[in-house]
Parts: sequence; C-alpha cells; structure tokens
Amino acid sequence: MSDALSADGSDVNQDDTQEDVMTPAELIAKLEEAWLNEKFSPELLENKSEVVECVMEQLSHMEANLQRVKKGDAKASIHRMEIDRIRFVLSSYLRARLQKIEKFFPHVLEREKSRGEGDPSLLSPEEFAFAKEYYANTETYLKAIALKRMPPNLQTVDMLKAVPEPCLDSFVFLRVKEKQENILVEPETDDQREYVVDLEEGSQHLMRYRTIAPLVSIGAVQLI
Amino acid sequence: MFCEKAVELIRELHRMTDGQLPAFNEDGLRQVLQEMEALYEQNQADVNEAKAEGRAELIPSIKLRHCCLLRNQRCLTAYLYDRLLRMRALRWEYGSVLPANVRFHMCAEEVQWFSQYKKSLASFMRSLGGGEGLDLTQDMKPPKSLYIEVRCLKDHGEFEIDDGTVILLKKNSQHFLPRWKCEQLIRQGVLEHVVS
Repeated sequence: MSDALSADGSDVNQDDTQEDVMTPAELIAKLEEAWLNEKFSPELLENKSEVVECVMEQLSHMEANLQRVKKGDAKASIHRMEIDRIRFVLSSYLRARLQKIEKFFPHVLEREKSRGEGDPSLLSPEEFAFAKEYYANTETYLKAIALKRMPPNLQTVDMLKAVPEPCLDSFVFLRVKEKQENILVEPETDDQREYVVDLEEGSQHLMRYRTIAPLVSIGAVQLI
Repeated sequence: MFCEKAVELIRELHRMTDGQLPAFNEDGLRQVLQEMEALYEQNQADVNEAKAEGRAELIPSIKLRHCCLLRNQRCLTAYLYDRLLRMRALRWEYGSVLPANVRFHMCAEEVQWFSQYKKSLASFMRSLGGGEGLDLTQDMKPPKSLYIEVRCLKDHGEFEIDDGTVILLKKNSQHFLPRWKCEQLIRQGVLEHVVS
C-alpha cells in the first residue's frame, strides 16, 4: 500500500498547509474510521469533508501515476486494486451519509439550522444544498398531487412530525480507543436503575448508541 | 366504513414486497380526496349548527369525522411517499433512465419529482472533491477481483475499455473484462457475471 502512495506522498504533504501533516496511510485510516462510524451509527454524524477532499486528491495522484506505468506490468494491477478499494470505501461512506440525509431529511435540516456558531457542521455545503432540494422537491410534489386538493385545514404536513427520527436507542458494537471513566448508563425499563461503567482501552462492548454518542464524535470510541 | 379506500391503497403497496412500483392508482386517490371533501363539508355544516343552535351532541360526530380526515391524509401521504422511495431505489439500481414499463406506472407529478431528484443527485456527485466529481452509483460492491468473466445477454454494440480496445458486445458472446467497467451493464441486465 505504501508503495503505491510513496511516490506522490511527498506532493500531498507539501501542498498541505495544515499544522499536522498526515501521511497517506493515516489519511486512509481516517477515512476507514469515518466510514465504519457512519455505517453503524443510527444518526448522521459530523461531516468530514477535509478527509473526503484529501482522499479524492490522493486518488487522482494514484490514477495519474498508474497511467505512467508500463502496460502489463504486474505492479499495475496491484495499484489498480488499491485505487478501486479506496474508491469503494469513499463511495460507500458518501452513500451511507446520503441515505441518512434522505431518510431523516427534515430532522437533519433542523439540526443544521439550530447548531451553535462554533459547532462543527453536520452537512458539507454540497450535502446541505442537496438536503434542501430534496425537502423542497418532496414538499412541492405532495402539494401538487394531493395536498392542494384536500380541505383547507389539511393542506400542509408537518415534516418534522411525519418523517420518523433516527432511533438513538439502537444498540451498537464499539471498541474503546481512549479509556473512559464513569460513563452513565440510563435505565431502559422502570425496574432498572441507572449505573456507571468504566470503558477500558481496547475493550469491546455492545451498548445503546445514545449512551456513547458524544464519545464517537470526539473519537474516543470506534463503532464496529 | 370511512378510510377504507385509503387503507386499500396502503395494502396495494404493502403487497409488493420487492420494491416494485405498481401503476399509479389515480382512481383510488380521487376517491379518497372525494371522501375527504364530503367529510369536511358535513363537519362544516355540523360545526355551524352546533355553534348557532348550541347542539353539543353533534360534537362527537365532528370529532370522528376529523379523525377520519386526519387518517385519510396520513394514509395518502404514506402511499405517495412510499412510491417516491421506490422510485429513488430504482434510480440507484438502474441508472438515470428508468425502464419503460416503470415509467408507465408513474404519474406526471412523479416523473417531475424523479427528474428533479436526478438533477440534485447529479449536481451533488459532480461537486464532490472540490469539483472533481465522483459517481456514487458505481462501486456498489467491494472489489474482489480485477477482471471478471461476463456473458453478453443482449446486443449492446461497441464498448470501449480503458486501454482503447473496442469490444463488440454481441448476444451470447463471452468476454474477460475489467470489473469496474462492467458493473453498471451487469445491473442493467446487458451483461451477466459468469462464475465458473
């Protein structure tokens, strides 16, 4: 893997004006973490557009390199496979996000609208545009086909009520990356009591997403 | 009984479990809307009478009709929205041109929604990576092997692969082609992956 990327790794790093420069291997690891978290989380997570852009740049470099390799060279097929794998992970990540944006569209837009000034954004600018268009398109359609022909007091549908919210109480598998102490676990039923757990580094658990949601966003746990 | 037609629409979709899109039930929609209009008018009359003559015993029927109106609205929006979701799935399965038999089942407004959805999706995909673009409808499965054996199911004419060679896709011919070029054609039913 490093063989295919080392030829242009230095180019990427020199163009990078960030303080902490990532190696290509670290970038792909970050992409895979974001991908797994997004796949297994019931709700839409923070967008990672910097990672997406860097990975796309990386893929272009690799494609360009591949053009220069002699046809029929055995290395070419390995590089090709690597490019395909990375592109698959990237596409799968973006698809998972798009599916959640479409599934929960009014809630996603509401969350984005009501987030604080300094909070990281949930949607990339392109995703935001897509979500707004999806909302408008669906609303226009429902009005045109049925709502405008209904009695006056029933001509609108409250999208926030009509579209179900993500189920934050679904259970997820996770692996602990940074030790956590005193995590409060809320009771599920009336005859249970809340209790506190410590999460050891490297341990794996099956827990309700709601309990560990903040830990996912700070990178202290990885969904698996 | 009220709301029966609306529930019948839901049942019609519920029966089609594999994501198929049945023909748009224009009649069913019209009947539910007519029932809603009738219920509303009866309620208007009763509300006026209840206010004017103080007939409080009309209130339970007013409430009942209102509940039926809400249920009809809910069933209709569920029916219409579920159809949109099926159409959306078809875009991802077949590409931006839907098979003719599916298009016949869509009403004009659904065609409009679909065309708008396609445009939004296309412009989103084009904008990825700072304008570089990425077709998210490709790479649906993790790459297992580089080249795959495919059989051509129908005549598709000439097909160019990356190194410039042109392959003639004639019915029943078999080829050894790069996997990533074949994906969409396999999904459209033009090629068939031969697993030996």
